[in-house]
Amino acid sequence: MAKHIQTIVKANLGATAKTGGCGKCQTSCQSACKTSCTVGNQVCVK
Amino acid sequence: MKLLNLEGYSIKKNVHSYRQGDLLIAHDVNSGSLHVLDEATFNVLKAMEDLQESGEDITTEGIIAVFERIKKSAPLEKELFEILEELEELRQEGTLFAMESEGITPNYPERPIVKAICLHVAHDCNLRCAYCFAGTGAFGGCRTLMSFETGRRGIDFVLESSGHRDHCEVDFFGGEPLLNFGVVKDLVAYGRKAAAAKGKTIKFTMTTNGVLLTDKIQEFLEQEEISVVLSLDGRPEVHDRMRPHADGRGSYAEITPRIKKFVSKRSNSSPYAVGTYYYVRGTYTHFNLDFDRDVLHMADLGIKQISVEPVVAGPRDDYAFKDGDLDKIRESYDRLGEELIARRGQESDFNFFHFNVALDQGPCLIKRLSGCGAGHEYVAISPEGDLYPCHQFVGQEAYKMGSLYDEEPHSLRSELVQDFRSAHVFAKSSCRECWARFACSGGCHAANVSFTRKLTEVYTLGCELQKKRLEVALYVKIHEGLQAMSL
Repeated sequence: MAKHIQTIVKANLGATAKTGGCGKCQTSCQSACKTSCTVGNQVCVK
Repeated sequence: MKLLNLEGYSIKKNVHSYRQGDLLIAHDVNSGSLHVLDEATFNVLKAMEDLQESGEDITTEGIIAVFERIKKSAPLEKELFEILEELEELRQEGTLFAMESEGITPNYPERPIVKAICLHVAHDCNLRCAYCFAGTGAFGGCRTLMSFETGRRGIDFVLESSGHRDHCEVDFFGGEPLLNFGVVKDLVAYGRKAAAAKGKTIKFTMTTNGVLLTDKIQEFLEQEEISVVLSLDGRPEVHDRMRPHADGRGSYAEITPRIKKFVSKRSNSSPYAVGTYYYVRGTYTHFNLDFDRDVLHMADLGIKQISVEPVVAGPRDDYAFKDGDLDKIRESYDRLGEELIARRGQESDFNFFHFNVALDQGPCLIKRLSGCGAGHEYVAISPEGDLYPCHQFVGQEAYKMGSLYDEEPHSLRSELVQDFRSAHVFAKSSCRECWARFACSGGCHAANVSFTRKLTEVYTLGCELQKKRLEVALYVKIHEGLQAMSL
């Protein structure tokens, strides 16, 4: 076990460049008025 | 001695290391991984960043020199090597110092696939909210309601334009959509049938101020599984100041019992807006920089899914943020993060929308690059049937993309489609260098245009707020992770 660094989340966002892009996810809204779903707060539906 | 091969890699751009509460955090931007560091490692990482920024090689001597320069005691040689070894292990694993994927840009079909529409069923409102971007409901035009025929054409438009996509989204928006409830009801019935005939489904959502949220309407929303965003700003005095009726009366006392009743029916609502959900959302302004108290007020009312967001205002508006407000806003987010952690697992627990980040199940890189899809995956439709890139652009002639009453309503104005498609993260110079680029996706197009007149230049105050929210969100995420690990 690492002594100085504790990894909380291991992710591989780069790999999703190849596997993603299906476009099935909900539309997201970046504006302050809607809260329909902001990109960063979204989950992948795949 | 030269360490770690980081040639062509910028730590500053790609690893965000910061102090939040009791934690020292490193967020690896390109992999999306998240680490907690001890003090010595945090300082070594910062020293490495300093060396890179001043064009020097990363060496043990260099790191020690940085410590001397900032008058901090450097780790002993043995400890320094241990730290560097751990950093190298993570680099090899791909969870730290991960390289940015090159040459990735969103790839779209020639004809836009519009899978979501925002139906402005009412350009009228029963409130006169001071900060309303819609000009208190009328969007700069006449107060008017959408006809069933226009709404029907809108639904046909999205079912047709969504091509092979099975799931479409229809949002009832305004003004106040419940002022046109009869049409909403008929459109839901029509939409269900029309979608089924094409082998598709429509997810309906609605944004309402709650004034007309009667028991009968609540029943309808429940029965039809319509997701709802309800507007409430927080404490009574804060809410009533900005959200009065036309005659100046506050609306808090009237809407709060209705909102409470409605949300109590949706106790399993997803914080990630999945399925049939609700969110109670408010806006904070210069007048309530301590908006964390408004969030907690709502949480104490029993509301579990809360979003309170910064107002977007012109510089002359009295409620606009002023110089010096940013620090107070940051402190509010800090306090809110701590309170949210303290309440986790308690009866008073709640979710704050901007602190929800699904790091390991979040959207793919392509989605993160492309952002909201306004103007090509999503369009807004005015009561007259005019098409705009999103609800924020409705009424702006320069952004009109077509009309449902055109001979070919599906032919959206191609130059606008292209402009919106091209305005992705990598097209914005300041985003390319920003550590938050894959979480905010370049911000809101409408806010960017409003402040900079360009789709590819950003609203900088919005950036600062986004970064702060994300810092606290990651902090909350780590605390949740640590809590789960200790169980």
